[in-house]
Amino acid sequence: MVRISVDTERCVGAGQCVLSAPDVFDQDDHGIVTVLEEPADEPARDAARQAGLVCPSQAITVAES
Amino acid sequence: MTTTDRCPVAFPLRRPGRPFPPVEYADFRRTEGLVKSTLPSGVPVWLVTRHEDVRTVLTDPRISSNPSHPGFPRAAKTGGVPSQDQVPGWFVALDPPEHGRFRKTLIPEFTVRKVREMRPAIQQIVDARIDALLAAGNTADLIADFALSVPSLVISDLLGVPHVDRDFFEAKTRVLVTLTSTDAERESATKALMRYLNRLITIKQRRPGDDLISRLLADGTISRQELTGVSMLLLIAGHETTANNIGLGVVTLLSNPRWIGDERAVEELLRYYSVADLVAFRVAVEDVEIGGQLIAAGEGIVPLVAAANHDGTVFDRPDEFDPERSARSHVAFGYGVHQCLGQNLVRVEMDIAYRTLFSRIPTLELAVPVEELSLKYDGVLFGLHELPVRWSSTEE
Ligand code: HEM
Ligand code: SF4
Repeated sequence: MVRISVDTERCVGAGQCVLSAPDVFDQDDHGIVTVLEEPADEPARDAARQAGLVCPSQAITVAES
Repeated sequence: MTTTDRCPVAFPLRRPGRPFPPVEYADFRRTEGLVKSTLPSGVPVWLVTRHEDVRTVLTDPRISSNPSHPGFPRAAKTGGVPSQDQVPGWFVALDPPEHGRFRKTLIPEFTVRKVREMRPAIQQIVDARIDALLAAGNTADLIADFALSVPSLVISDLLGVPHVDRDFFEAKTRVLVTLTSTDAERESATKALMRYLNRLITIKQRRPGDDLISRLLADGTISRQELTGVSMLLLIAGHETTANNIGLGVVTLLSNPRWIGDERAVEELLRYYSVADLVAFRVAVEDVEIGGQLIAAGEGIVPLVAAANHDGTVFDRPDEFDPERSARSHVAFGYGVHQCLGQNLVRVEMDIAYRTLFSRIPTLELAVPVEELSLKYDGVLFGLHELPVRWSSTEE
C-alpha cells in the first residue's frame, strides 16, 4: 500500500504528475495538483511513484506503508 | 570538498564540427567538485553537469535567478537575462515569492487539459503548413517552412499576436538568442519588441479578443506594465526552442521511422537534444556547497541541462536515442519552480508535427547528407540553421 500526499503550496503546475499517473493526479482549475484517487493496483502505484520522482517542485510524497 | 585552481575552460564548449553535447561534458561529470569556466565576458562561472547536481542547483533557495544580484552570469559576450528594470514582468528572472504571482496566474492556461483542448487548433495549423509545403513543390527548408512556423503560429494565436507580425518578432528573437549579438543589437531588439507588445496591449485594452493577453488584462493580477514582459517572455520562449527541437527530431525520426507517432519518442527527443542547454543561469546569494564544491556568494552558476541529460548514472547508454527508456526524469525543461511553463504545449506540438508530417509526406527525405546539415553553435539554443528536404512529386 502507499499513501499519497500533495503540497499544493509547493506545486508549480507543471503537470508532470498528470502525465505520469493520470488516474491518480489531476490539475484543478487553477492548474494546481489534486489527488483523484489513491492508486488501486501496482501499475498505478508505480506511476504515482514516478510522478513523485519527476515533480519539479517536490510537491508529491508517496509514503510506502 | 575540493578547491579548484585548474585552468578555467572556455565557454561555451560548442564548436563547429564537434558532436553535441560537447565531449568535454563527460569529463566534467567525472570531475570531483565542479568545473570552473570563464564566460566570453571574462566572468568566471561554475559549470554543473551531473544530473543530481543540476536538480539541486535549480531547487536550492540560496541560488537565485535574479540578474540584479551581483555576480549574475551573462551568457553572451554582452547582454543576457534582462532585469526587471529593463523588462518588467520577465518573471523567469524572479525568485520566489515574487515569481509565484506570475506563475500562479499563468498555469491555468498551460495545464495538461488546457493544452489538450488546443489540439484541434494546433492540428489545423500543422495541416495548413503542410498544404503550403506540398503546394510549393517537392523540396523545402523544413526549419523555415515548418519547424519554426508551427510553434510561432501556435504561440501567436494563444497570445493574440497577428500572424502578419511573425517576420518581425522572429527576427528580433533571433538577435536575442544569438550569443554573438552586440549590446547595441540586443538592446534595440528588446526595445523594439517591448514597443510592439505595448502597442498590441493597448489595442487589446480597447478591443479585447479571445486570447491570453486579453484574459490577463481582464484578470488584473499582472499589471499593465508587467504584461509587456510577460507576453514578451511567452512569445520568445514559445517559438525558437520548440522549432529547434522539432527540426532535430525530424532528422532522428527519418532514420528511426518505427518511432513516428509514439509519444515516448517525443520525450526521448527532448532529453537527447536538450536544446536549451545554455538557458538556465544562476548566482549564489549565500555560500553553498554543490557536488562537493564550495560556491561563494556572488559566484555565477551554469547548470548544463544537456550534460545532466546525458549522465550515464541516470540514463543507460545516454548517447543513444532510445525511446524505450524512461526519459521522463530529464531536465530539458529545467527543474524547480521555473520548470518550463510551456512544456505540455511543446509535447503536443511535437507529437502532432511528427505524426502529420510523416503521414502526409511519407516519401520525405533529407536533400543533403546528414553530415552536411549546418548546426547552430552560435546560439543560446542548439539546433539546425536549415533542414533541406525533398519528397516524391506524386505526393497527394
Ligand atoms: C522544446 C521547447 C522548449 C524547451 C526545451 C524549453 C526549456 C525551458 C527551460 C530549460 C526553462 C527553465 C529556465 C530556467 O530555469 O531559468 C524554461 C522556462 C520557461 N519556458 Fe520553456 N522551453 C520550451 C518551450 C516553451 C514554450 C513553447 C513556451 C511557451 C509558452 C515556454 C515558456 C517558458 C516560460 C514562460 C518559462 C519560465 C517559467 C518560469 O520562470 O516559471 N517554453 N523553458
Ligand atoms: S508535477 Fe508537481 S508541480 Fe507539477 S502539477 Fe504535479 S504536483 Fe504540481
